[in-house]
Amino acid sequence: MKKIERIHFLSRAEQLAPLRQFVRDLARRQGCCEENLEHMVMAINEACMNVIQHAYHGKDDGEIVIEFWQDGNELLIRILDFAESVELENIQSRDLDDVRPGGLGVHLIHEVMDVVEYKNQVDSAGNVLEMRKTLGNPSSCSVTNRT
Amino acid sequence: MKYPLSEYKNYKVLSLSGEVDLNESPQARQQILECIKQGNNLLVDLSAVEYIDSSGVASLVEGFQNARAQQLVFALVGVSSSAMQVLQLSRLDTVFTIYDSLEDVSQ
Repeated sequence: MKKIERIHFLSRAEQLAPLRQFVRDLARRQGCCEENLEHMVMAINEACMNVIQHAYHGKDDGEIVIEFWQDGNELLIRILDFAESVELENIQSRDLDDVRPGGLGVHLIHEVMDVVEYKNQVDSAGNVLEMRKTLGNPSSCSVTNRT
Repeated sequence: MKYPLSEYKNYKVLSLSGEVDLNESPQARQQILECIKQGNNLLVDLSAVEYIDSSGVASLVEGFQNARAQQLVFALVGVSSSAMQVLQLSRLDTVFTIYDSLEDVSQ
């Protein structure tokens, strides 16, 4: 398994658009299919949004770190925060039949990623989300290329 | 950025565009709720939305619920493919009334 990139940024909503573009560029460089690439973008955006809103409670100077690892034809993405550790059993998808604003992020992440695992940081306060997604075959892309 | 608001038949039409994410969705939410508060039937045009996340979708759901509580119409128009994907994954594509275009909206 090879580490490709490690980035860090502050827990601010305006950081999400450049983050999404960074993920698109990185996944494309790794030869990712456009459909899987957009799924990764969605999952990473939702996960970081959850960190901003629920881990850092809107505090705009929290640190978020994202590591990208390539493992064969898979991309492993680790999102780390340094907020108070959350109770892992409280991180759950909600009942979609209950139509109400909010609470869709965890559901979307599970829908589009192959493997999703939440952990607490071992040596410090904070949380880790590990997600895996196959890169797919670029020649079988079913999503239009976005720049 | 304030999203453009226009009129079509007896509806207000709010045209969202670009990337409706955590940074932009508060503006969308404010305009949607303001429109409904003023008693307007509302169509939200999503044809120019390149990306919408769950915070943007939450603004639509809140608008839908507020409109229903006031017995007003709330519908989506011209949903872009990326927005439709999020609605389908959230299973909200069967909750919202969705029109392909304004021409498909009845009086």
